Amino acid sequence: MTMTRESDGTFLPGADAAPAAPAIEGRSLGRIAWNRLKRDRLAMAGGVVVLLLVLAALLAGPLSALSGNDPDSLHNKLIDPNYQIPYGGMGGISARHWLGVDLPNGRDLFSRVLYGARVSLGIAGTSTLVALVIGVALGLVAGYFGGWVDAIISRIMDVFLAFPLLLFSIAIIGVLPDTAFGLSGSGLRFGVLVVVIGFFSWPYIGRIVRGQTIALREREFIAAARSLGARPGRIIVRELLPNLLAPILVYATLLIPANILFEAGLSFLGVGVKDPTPSWGAMINSAISTFQIDPEYLIVPGTAIFVTVLAFNLLGDGLRDAFDPKGSR
Amino acid sequence: MLTYIVRRLLAAVGLLLVVTLITFWIFYILPLWAGQTPQSLAAAYVGKQQDPLALRAVVDRFGFDKPLFAQYFDYVIGIVHGRTYSDGVSLIHCNAPCFGYSFKNYEQVWPTLLSRAPVTVSIALGAGVLWLVFGVLSGVISAVRKGSIADRVSMGIALAGVALPVYFVGPLLEALTGRWNTTYVPFLSNPFQWAQHLSIPWVALAFGYAALYARMTRAGMLDALNEDFVRTARAKGVRERKVLYRHALRSALTPIITIFGMDLGAVLGGAVLLEVTFSLPGLGLLAINSIQQDDFPVVMGVTLLAAFFIVVANIVVDVFYAVVDPRVRLA
Repeated sequence: MTMTRESDGTFLPGADAAPAAPAIEGRSLGRIAWNRLKRDRLAMAGGVVVLLLVLAALLAGPLSALSGNDPDSLHNKLIDPNYQIPYGGMGGISARHWLGVDLPNGRDLFSRVLYGARVSLGIAGTSTLVALVIGVALGLVAGYFGGWVDAIISRIMDVFLAFPLLLFSIAIIGVLPDTAFGLSGSGLRFGVLVVVIGFFSWPYIGRIVRGQTIALREREFIAAARSLGARPGRIIVRELLPNLLAPILVYATLLIPANILFEAGLSFLGVGVKDPTPSWGAMINSAISTFQIDPEYLIVPGTAIFVTVLAFNLLGDGLRDAFDPKGSR
Repeated sequence: MLTYIVRRLLAAVGLLLVVTLITFWIFYILPLWAGQTPQSLAAAYVGKQQDPLALRAVVDRFGFDKPLFAQYFDYVIGIVHGRTYSDGVSLIHCNAPCFGYSFKNYEQVWPTLLSRAPVTVSIALGAGVLWLVFGVLSGVISAVRKGSIADRVSMGIALAGVALPVYFVGPLLEALTGRWNTTYVPFLSNPFQWAQHLSIPWVALAFGYAALYARMTRAGMLDALNEDFVRTARAKGVRERKVLYRHALRSALTPIITIFGMDLGAVLGGAVLLEVTFSLPGLGLLAINSIQQDDFPVVMGVTLLAAFFIVVANIVVDVFYAVVDPRVRLA
């Protein structure tokens, strides 16, 4: 592609300028990236699905009301007591229950998947935010100051990246009592999940930010700011941070699906979100024992996880390519 | 080379100390922060039906009211040297390596871990070989024939594979193959059944990793093929096969092997999701079952062992690096 740089205003299109001549326009990095992203059909498809998912999560209430259901009502009469599966095969799909019902009490799967999206995206999104705050702050500090500060922070990141995080999370969540830190019940669960997942995933962001900061640190505009007497705090926040927004956006987009899988995994293991709060991982856990006779119950939340993670990954990959200065598309 | 290894070993010992510090923090300090008292902590370790007097005794004997650093010291000494507990009636000696004593099952944690380890090791080795071979192979093919149908198909599968959690792939594989029997058969009692029963779990676990490795290998190969040394090799007339496999693949493979070592180390500490999915009685399932029963010493033991595997994997990877890349040794 042809890179067009900011013109310095010497090009003034007059009324008699040849209409065929392409106007030279300055394009920001964001604009270039957006133009590339628009041409990446897979990434755009991922983006659209992500948008729809966020909408579905926000509108979980009205959407499930559309089918005349809510996530908590029991429909025991829909379950065949002899086989302990929904009547009629197909996992109980009907005009009223669009995705069938769960076991053993026949709660509506359509509404549970919708509310599950809210839980999943909510926890993954918030914990990614936690990871961003820690990762960006420590990455910037490590990259900018270097020396022993960098050595300590980098070592901490190495230790984190190399550890059996799932086991550690299980242990942490397991040792906590039912009431702690002034919270209890599902509030405590949400809080603990967000903190644990965020705390264990910040090194991914931290490592990227550190690397980019080291690359930027030696550039002229930083030297200029320093020679004007700007303090490190100002340089980091006003000069470095704006230039790091693109990689931060890319890796945040890629961290969300990883955290969705993290939360789903913990809930699957029974140490995450607990019934009756709907969660895709917990749904798979309770569906797995009856998979042979009622596969539909497992396929619904499984597909939800798959589609969500795939969509975020496609969007993230697309964003990465779009912001890649070496990219040629 | 020898000094390098000694240095890495010393670093590993440091890392192990950090590991014990973290597990100690999780199991002894975090509960206190969350509002537990030494008494309720003792109750969690011993069992809930204890009268206050007995609990008082437990707190004394376990040292829950000692200063934290003294407790940590006892804990580390226990691991390397063993320690003696008293349950009020009799003395229980916990042999080194003392990974704790389960008061739920009245047995030492270490032998329990040893009895579960073969399952996890079987899972890790089988799946590890699968994902390394298939991941690298499809990554190389994709890179060499970039843009071809084979590339598109395998990258499409890889993209899906990264998004499919093992607890979803597992049941789907069982349904597709119609093989539902995944009970563990010890290798020594019947190697054939051992492999047959583990085949589905192996594929299920390997699938996601292979997808990741295929993507990494492809990216690494494409980077390597753009390097100057590849151009030099071609320019001096080295045959294309040799350029691809002796020059490019070799440089692309080094980071892959590093990650493989770490991943294998992590899986050896318990493939938790897979073991729960297939009810395979390995270390991961042990940890989950123990958490559900509030049997903290066992969970602590698994966590510690898992971290230990990762530290060992770290050393192996470091040594491997030093052998492959002379620059590392000299640095």
